[in-house]
Amino acid sequence: MPIKSEPVEVNIGPQHPSTHGVFRMVAMIDGERITDVKMIVGYLHRSMEKLAEERTYTQNIPFTDRMDYLAAMTSNLGYCLSVEKLAGIDVPERAQVLRVIFAELQRIASHCMATGAFINDCGAWQTPVMYTFRDREKVLDLFEMTCGARITTNYMRIGGVAFDVPDEFLPALDMLINDDLPFRFEEYDQLLVGNEIILMRARDVGVVSPEMAINASLSGPMLRSAGIAWDLRKADPYSGYDQYTFEIPVGYNGDSYDRMVIRIEEMKQSLRIIRQAVHILPGGPHKTEVPLAIRPPAGEAYSRVESPKGEVGFYVVSDGGAAPYRWHVRAPSLINLSVLKEMTVGQTIADAIVTLGSIDINVGEVDR
Amino acid sequence: MTPRPLTLITDNWYDIRDLSNLSGKIEELIRDANGPHWAVWVVSALLGAIGIVAFIGGVAIINIWIERRVVGRMQSRLGPNRLGPFGLLQPLADAIKLMQKEVLQPKAADGLVFSIAPIAFTVPGIVIMAVLPWGRNMSLARLDVGILFILAMSSLGALAVFTGGYGSNNKYALFGAMRVIAMLVTYEIPSVLALLGLVLFSGTMDLADMVLFQEKFWIPLVLVQPLPFLIYFISSSAELNRTPADLAEAESEIAGGYHVEYSGMKFGLFYAAELINAVAISAIIATVFLGGWWFYKLDELVPGWMIFIGKIYAVYFLFVWTRGTLPRFRIDQLLAFAWKWMTPMAFANIIVVAAEVLIWDETGASAGLVLPLYIAFNMLFAGVLIVAWVRFMGPRFSRFPDRLRYFDRIDVPSLPAMRAPAPAAAAPKSGSGAPARSASEGGGDLRGGRLVGGPRP
Repeated sequence: MPIKSEPVEVNIGPQHPSTHGVFRMVAMIDGERITDVKMIVGYLHRSMEKLAEERTYTQNIPFTDRMDYLAAMTSNLGYCLSVEKLAGIDVPERAQVLRVIFAELQRIASHCMATGAFINDCGAWQTPVMYTFRDREKVLDLFEMTCGARITTNYMRIGGVAFDVPDEFLPALDMLINDDLPFRFEEYDQLLVGNEIILMRARDVGVVSPEMAINASLSGPMLRSAGIAWDLRKADPYSGYDQYTFEIPVGYNGDSYDRMVIRIEEMKQSLRIIRQAVHILPGGPHKTEVPLAIRPPAGEAYSRVESPKGEVGFYVVSDGGAAPYRWHVRAPSLINLSVLKEMTVGQTIADAIVTLGSIDINVGEVDR
Repeated sequence: MTPRPLTLITDNWYDIRDLSNLSGKIEELIRDANGPHWAVWVVSALLGAIGIVAFIGGVAIINIWIERRVVGRMQSRLGPNRLGPFGLLQPLADAIKLMQKEVLQPKAADGLVFSIAPIAFTVPGIVIMAVLPWGRNMSLARLDVGILFILAMSSLGALAVFTGGYGSNNKYALFGAMRVIAMLVTYEIPSVLALLGLVLFSGTMDLADMVLFQEKFWIPLVLVQPLPFLIYFISSSAELNRTPADLAEAESEIAGGYHVEYSGMKFGLFYAAELINAVAISAIIATVFLGGWWFYKLDELVPGWMIFIGKIYAVYFLFVWTRGTLPRFRIDQLLAFAWKWMTPMAFANIIVVAAEVLIWDETGASAGLVLPLYIAFNMLFAGVLIVAWVRFMGPRFSRFPDRLRYFDRIDVPSLPAMRAPAPAAAAPKSGSGAPARSASEGGGDLRGGRLVGGPRP
């Protein structure tokens, strides 16, 4: 007698331990296999792009913290770059280097979070996330030392950075990037990269083909895992990234494992950049004096930076007033998420969770 | 009882170092008072049951603390350290909190099944404790077929988990329940086969006799039988739902699985029973593989049950360790692991053990000669089998010579709009191995092509 079966609709999220916030996917499941996935976003929508139209350009910086709250520095940077481009503001040399230092520290912190949470999604019982959080905490300590906040830093300003670094910052940074983190990243290499269970769980899971990656406009580790060498720090350098020597790790398979390894390698490359940046850190002012209520000339500007999650772009339209006429954010989390269905259909639930973890979404940025 | 010259243990009834003294004294008292014959059995059974349940209760409380503390250390944090010295009162606070909470029951749940599951889940762990030899004469129920009883009981837990998952009428719970049944069917076989090797070797199914066998030949069976130890450890960790195989509750996938709908003390029972079952399985391993209450000359100085508990916690630490360290398998990988690796290896082991027993019996060689040879051979055998499996049958991951490529330069192809003012777009073809499409001929067309940077210096 043939066994009759019918697909089951399973609601994964918005309240689920592994959806990284309030992301929701409705999966049709046949046994353990996923036959269809419907993504539902918007549970964290805060209407930031609209709210920004009522606030001055400087007042909008804190919004960018709350978008990608795991990589607030790079969001800040992208927004400030776009306003500077629009208003034609020059940034002092010291501020450029400080921005690079903090953006790369933020990349380390965000990738620590992504890697730990990814292994957690693979089913490890909180241990990797504790290890990576330990290193993330040290980076956040530096943030706190400099600007008083750990997560929502609000550190970049239009025309520079908010504060110069305190005296104790550089010794602490030196200890972090030369003593602590290199050792930790070697530890990640040994514990995670060769781990057979992680290989079994993440190899060939959530595969993105290069064509799919380009067609869906993916960016960040998602794109690079598919074998496409693309990094805005190299392709469209901003904040003086062209003066640093570093490499872009690129994968072969486009699977979850490649994305994890790429993140670990990128953290090492970030350390390289920070070392060079500390070496060339010039003196001088940390900020160009700009009026608090900037009134850029009417026009539009789009500037993009390579955030840990991918290309985060800020499109600002000015009508000459004190508030932007239109503000649009290209959020890498949302766009990287758009291929989730193609990646997960045909896999098991467990694979879907691993895939979602490897995309490294941030629901604050998905919904804005 | 044979005289033991070194022993500190007396035969006084109050000497709790050998608890059989106490029951012997009670027996004596009842006989002296001309009590009925069955009263001896009833009273000693009750006493033993009370003792075991008290032990289980203590274990459930203390293991919460141990597990959280040990895993906390593994995760480079402190673990509970606020309530009482070293956070020892934390489990009590947890228990009080769980008791205060409302026990919710989904409207569509099958009430009886839903309520019975947590209770049924606690039973096997307790019952297993009854047949284990806690000391030289300290079995509450010494069964001739103790191993059979243990195997039957330890698979009952999965049934309770299935009951709970099925009864709560939740899709996640149902997934957990289905996974439990698949794992039960799969992992019973290697675990039974692993223990069968031990039964063959020691020639008895009585747990107390197995300990005596190890005492007689002065060797814990884990040395003679390393492969069954490995197999039994892995398959029992699958049965226990502990982390490399905690698919039934898979927190990150199915959000708790079978106990997703349980709250309050019903959840607390599940939680405690999980620890109790872990201790019960640890006790089985300690008995049959590590020599139970015997440890060379130590059992003449220290009460046997203390040695036994020490061994239980040594094995339990292994369970905590794996839980704190390893990520989870996928269900198909876990089942394939059992069918393709553990079951064939268990069969191979039985053949080897049978041959060894036959050789020993036929030649009548002395144990001092045979056992070291067997130890060496079995260790080698286990090592060779494992390495061979990994080499020839294991999953192959390295499909590419290098894990990653590194680019320190990215040539940006000129997009149509950018082409006119950018003569630098005709960058030289890069010499990387990947199929490169020249920037100038490709223009903005990226289909099929890849943006390729320069080779690594």
